[in-house]
Amino acid sequence: MKPHDWLQLTLFLAALVLLTPLLGRFMARVFSGEPHLLTKPLGWLERLIYRASGVDGTREMSWRGYAAALIAFNIAGCVLLAVIQMTQAWLPLNPTGLPNVPLDLAVNTAVSFMTNTNWQAYSGEATMSYFTQMAGLAVHNFTSAATGIAVALALTRGLARRTSATIGNFWADLTRSTLYVLLPLSLIFAVVLVQQGVVQTFAPYVTATTLEGAEQVIPLGPTASQIAIKQLGTNGGGFFGVNSAHPFENPTPFSNFLTMLAIFVIPSALVNMYGRLVGNQRQGWSIWAAMMALFLIGLGTMCWAEFQPNLPAAMEGKETRFGVFNSVLFATVTTDASCGAVNAMHDSLSPLAGLVAMVNMMLGEVVFGGVGAGLYGMLMFVLLTVFIAGLMVGRTPEYLGKKIEAAEIKWAVVAVLAPCVCILIGTAVSLANPVGTATLNNAGPHGLSEVLYAWTSAAANNGSAFAGIGVNNPFYNYGLTLAMFVGRFAVIIPALAIAGSLAAKKTAPASSGTFPTTGATFTLLLIAVVVIVGALTFLPALTLGPIVEHLLLQAGRTF
Amino acid sequence: MKTIIQSIRALLVFTVLTGALYPLVITLAAYAFPAKANGSLITVDGKTVGSTLFAQKTEGPRYFWPRPSGAEFATVASGASNKGPTSADLVKAIAERRAKFGADAPAEMIAASGSGLDPHISPEAAQQQVARVASERKIPAEKVTALVAQHTEAPQFGIFGEPRVNVLTLNLALDAIR
Repeated sequence: MKPHDWLQLTLFLAALVLLTPLLGRFMARVFSGEPHLLTKPLGWLERLIYRASGVDGTREMSWRGYAAALIAFNIAGCVLLAVIQMTQAWLPLNPTGLPNVPLDLAVNTAVSFMTNTNWQAYSGEATMSYFTQMAGLAVHNFTSAATGIAVALALTRGLARRTSATIGNFWADLTRSTLYVLLPLSLIFAVVLVQQGVVQTFAPYVTATTLEGAEQVIPLGPTASQIAIKQLGTNGGGFFGVNSAHPFENPTPFSNFLTMLAIFVIPSALVNMYGRLVGNQRQGWSIWAAMMALFLIGLGTMCWAEFQPNLPAAMEGKETRFGVFNSVLFATVTTDASCGAVNAMHDSLSPLAGLVAMVNMMLGEVVFGGVGAGLYGMLMFVLLTVFIAGLMVGRTPEYLGKKIEAAEIKWAVVAVLAPCVCILIGTAVSLANPVGTATLNNAGPHGLSEVLYAWTSAAANNGSAFAGIGVNNPFYNYGLTLAMFVGRFAVIIPALAIAGSLAAKKTAPASSGTFPTTGATFTLLLIAVVVIVGALTFLPALTLGPIVEHLLLQAGRTF
Repeated sequence: MKTIIQSIRALLVFTVLTGALYPLVITLAAYAFPAKANGSLITVDGKTVGSTLFAQKTEGPRYFWPRPSGAEFATVASGASNKGPTSADLVKAIAERRAKFGADAPAEMIAASGSGLDPHISPEAAQQQVARVASERKIPAEKVTALVAQHTEAPQFGIFGEPRVNVLTLNLALDAIR
């Protein structure tokens, strides 16, 4: 790493640390219903949204009622998105005349965007009309992120409330997340992106004649508006096929810097907000410290792997304007945060850098994680940590004064293990099946990594890919759809169930035997639990893929 | 049933707000930057010759060459090689690129870019091509070197990213010399 790279890293970390408490404080005000900066200019719109939707934003819901509203809203959106894709040829704003999307791809894409995964078995510029991108995919970029925040809020309330039968109102959480957090940030970010060179137009594609007389079609579209929320909502679905490596999505090093910040800022600030809402900021910072430590360990490892002097082509799949360092930082951020945008092709990363990208996802997307999803996912690990600590000292585990009992631990284990099951079974079925291995782009252990990465990305709701593998076929389209669905809702439903169960409990005052959940001991224990669950579950699979590939690369083997 | 009807109504409201009004507002705001919002197109004598942000295939010896593209400079759809470091195809491609760009070519010239459309090369890579371009065009090498220097961008604000040369605008500047 050059001194110049260290400077960029320092600026990135400083900006993140500075924005985290600012946005955290703002969100704490917004979601506890206190007056805030945007109450006056936008309060009327919030009330209008409730009225137009026919909902009461003040009625408190039980966890079952909350889950029902969340699932109904998400399924309705998923169905509408599939229908838009399958009828786009007859809908407006399709200047390129793109045909209707086939069923298996439409279903895969609809579930992918509903679950905040944004796995893409297609290239946007060759598959999706302006209308589909703008009124279909981009809407889910907002609503899936807002859904994630809503679940995180419900779980936070479950921990903060005492003997309560309710955990909040889904419609209010959805609306406030969108109106006061996602939309204002997107408006600002989108305009800056246009200023840097991201396109934003409804004009049709342009055909240029190159210097040597060939035709070059230049694809356009309402891109900046979608890219802003793609990053801020940790969605990651590109407007164009090569995602944030594309010059029209990420034209300059500065747009790249802001993009990385946009991916991390809301997940990071939500942890700070959590501390404020449970009444002790140190609770938030202790979890944040665990996330930051895991991020830095991953980043350090990936840098070490990518700056090895003996790689055949360190710049393969990377862009000149970003160089190696900004590509590695982006790859770490996007796999930690469940975003899945890429500014360099992960398939061409060195074996151990690819391993870090996979491990970041396998940890359950809790290193800052997806918007909302990172916080509620990490709180599952927090419950497991206090449970394990309780076992070690022989006392009933408590968290924030609430007794953690069998019901909560069972739900937390479901949430932690369900994505792991999808990844391992999906990978095994694909490798044992000629259809699953027919479309690999690389032979040898790297081919195995392509399959493992695909299932990991889907089940962890990340959406990035070792993109050489051909996944636009019914086997992968439907299989990965299932993994994305389970990876999302087998975590959300347990999180809401735990919220309901904890909300109903009394709070016991801390005693001398209470395991403190702030401070370095707790943070280290939390890191250990996250790493042990992730590493031990996947070590055999990782050994057969990237680790063997690394050893064979050292020995000069090619495939 | 009530929840389902509420969901559908809320979905439509959110679609109007985030899927229509929001992109329209951004499109209006983008009128402040008309060239960039429309693809940073370059027009010469009334004809569109490309975009500042897209590499284009230039193979003739009179032009500076861009980085290799894993997708033959395709724009619809864009693509990359997606070859891993133990790929025999990649090793072969690297050998071909070394033959084309020289054994001491900078790292980015022996590697296909991420977008397949990377508009930039490093200043070193441009410098290595100066002698060829100057002799093909029968102009002094110093003049071409000066042109490369003019088209070299420093890291943005002195901080972000890498120094780089835009190949298309450099080639257009060459063509403009009469």
